[in-house]
Amino acid sequence: MKQLVVLSGKGGSGKTTVCASLAHLASQNHPVALVDADVDAANLALLLSVSGQQKKPYFGGSLAQIIQERCTDCGICMQVCRFSAVKNQDNRMYSIDPINCEGCAACFYQCPSHAIEMVEQQSGTWHRAETQFGVFFDAHLYPGQENSGRLVTHIVQQARDEANMQELPLVFVDGPPGIGCPVIAACTNANIALLVAEPTITGLHDLKRIYATVKHFGITAFAIINKADINSDFVQRIKSFCVNNNIELLAELPFDEIVVKAMLAGKTLIDFTPRSLISQQLRFAWDKLQGFLLT
Amino acid sequence: MVISIISGKGGTGKTTVAVNLAAFFAENSQIPQDQSLLLMDCDVEEPNAALFLNPSFDLNESVNQPIPIFDEQICIHCGHCADVCQYHAIAVTHEKVIFFPELCHACGSCTLECPEQAITEIPDEVGVMQHGWVGTIEFVHGKLNIGHASPVPIIRYMKAKYLQPEKSSSRLVIIDASPGVTCPVVASLQDSDFALLVTEPTPFGLHDLRQAYQLVHAELHIPAAVVINKCDLGDQGVENFCKSENIPVIMRIPFKREYAVSYSKGKLLILEHPELRFEFSKLADYLNRQQWQDQQP
Repeated sequence: MKQLVVLSGKGGSGKTTVCASLAHLASQNHPVALVDADVDAANLALLLSVSGQQKKPYFGGSLAQIIQERCTDCGICMQVCRFSAVKNQDNRMYSIDPINCEGCAACFYQCPSHAIEMVEQQSGTWHRAETQFGVFFDAHLYPGQENSGRLVTHIVQQARDEANMQELPLVFVDGPPGIGCPVIAACTNANIALLVAEPTITGLHDLKRIYATVKHFGITAFAIINKADINSDFVQRIKSFCVNNNIELLAELPFDEIVVKAMLAGKTLIDFTPRSLISQQLRFAWDKLQGFLLT
Repeated sequence: MVISIISGKGGTGKTTVAVNLAAFFAENSQIPQDQSLLLMDCDVEEPNAALFLNPSFDLNESVNQPIPIFDEQICIHCGHCADVCQYHAIAVTHEKVIFFPELCHACGSCTLECPEQAITEIPDEVGVMQHGWVGTIEFVHGKLNIGHASPVPIIRYMKAKYLQPEKSSSRLVIIDASPGVTCPVVASLQDSDFALLVTEPTPFGLHDLRQAYQLVHAELHIPAAVVINKCDLGDQGVENFCKSENIPVIMRIPFKREYAVSYSKGKLLILEHPELRFEFSKLADYLNRQQWQDQQP
């Protein structure tokens, strides 16, 4: 079983669009397991025919709460808290700010009166569903919550466990933007990272940082340039970067408004516009990629 | 007045709006002489604003957080530190302590709790912060070190250093946040007076705008308005949502290939495409009225 993670660094490069189409192509041989690891803003489901969704609560951490009857106003909680989460109104009543509290429990352990309890929080939901391409896992981390990396780790592991059980050859992970903890979690156990780059000054800047990140974690990187006809100078610069870093460039996808039309129809590009240039390039990319993934 | 620019969905145009709005304010001398505009790029995982503004940097500072080191000579391998760590950053065997710095939240709890006082703390660099100027615009951004998990310490450090509450009330601060709606965006948004939600009129844009609006409205109680980018490339979902929730839509930027080309080169849209100045002037006027309203008793 092999795991592919689609990343970019830059938001809006086309990760979800590309991931959905590649999963579509892969599933023509065998069902796959799909994961939407962008738990803040999960969009992959909008391109899939999702059925039989099971929704389960996710408990990502705890928040401290002060039991006022036991509190002696010693203020030790405020001294030890490093996240400005202990508030003190009018020098009288200590309370915890739930937005700032990171659930580290330092105050819980240090309180001499045992006046603090840690209350487990439901920070979101995670879901298992069936799609036309195979089993699908995604999640919804409630806005304002923390530890997105832990939720990503959870759903990726669920997908891997199910892929092992069903003997599925591939797990596709649609990654989040950025390079921080949810990206790092999405990369865990990945065999290949497919970097979707846009040929812009920001796209190249962000590609370099996401490449450095996947390299740091020892993952082999491939690349696709999306919206390639917007700037040929930056296409060349990305190509040079790929050559210099031994990143195989799989395809150049043209900018096409049909991507939006396919999204409005809730379909992958392979489904909505199989004969367009963009779909041809995606098939070309998949032909090359599956050789690496399935050997 | 502190304005944070968020989106939920990546790639909708937060940085585009931030840098062009800052440039518009600076160009139109809407900034009082003694109150420079501050642009703070809080997308420290992938900071892009500097690519459009090319600031002259005058300060480059390491941002550190304290992480534990374990003295194996004193340690009795009781495992209490691993028990108290809420992030599973410590594992203890009979012979050694294994520490996972990428999971550490630098809370200090293990250090306080060790019964043998075998743990001390050392500074670990999370990333860097840079300060500089673009003409009259004061500019600050941060960069997370590769392989580090959380941008939040850098965001908090920048804001603590450069956002002084008594100054912020009349000073204009524009914060360019990262995509998403969880802890890095919360750290960017906190104590903001106003939130601009930049979206695109597509199913992805709408789905993520709902999350972003829930964050600012229900969780953080920050007044908000929407900017629709590529406003003619999609459907009416976003407009209908804004209407039903009474969220003002104060700027609409049409999709034009030449805007995308200018963006790709790192150009400021209001310089390359003067017709967009009218859109940004509407946004600036709206924000000025918001600021005036905030200051009314």
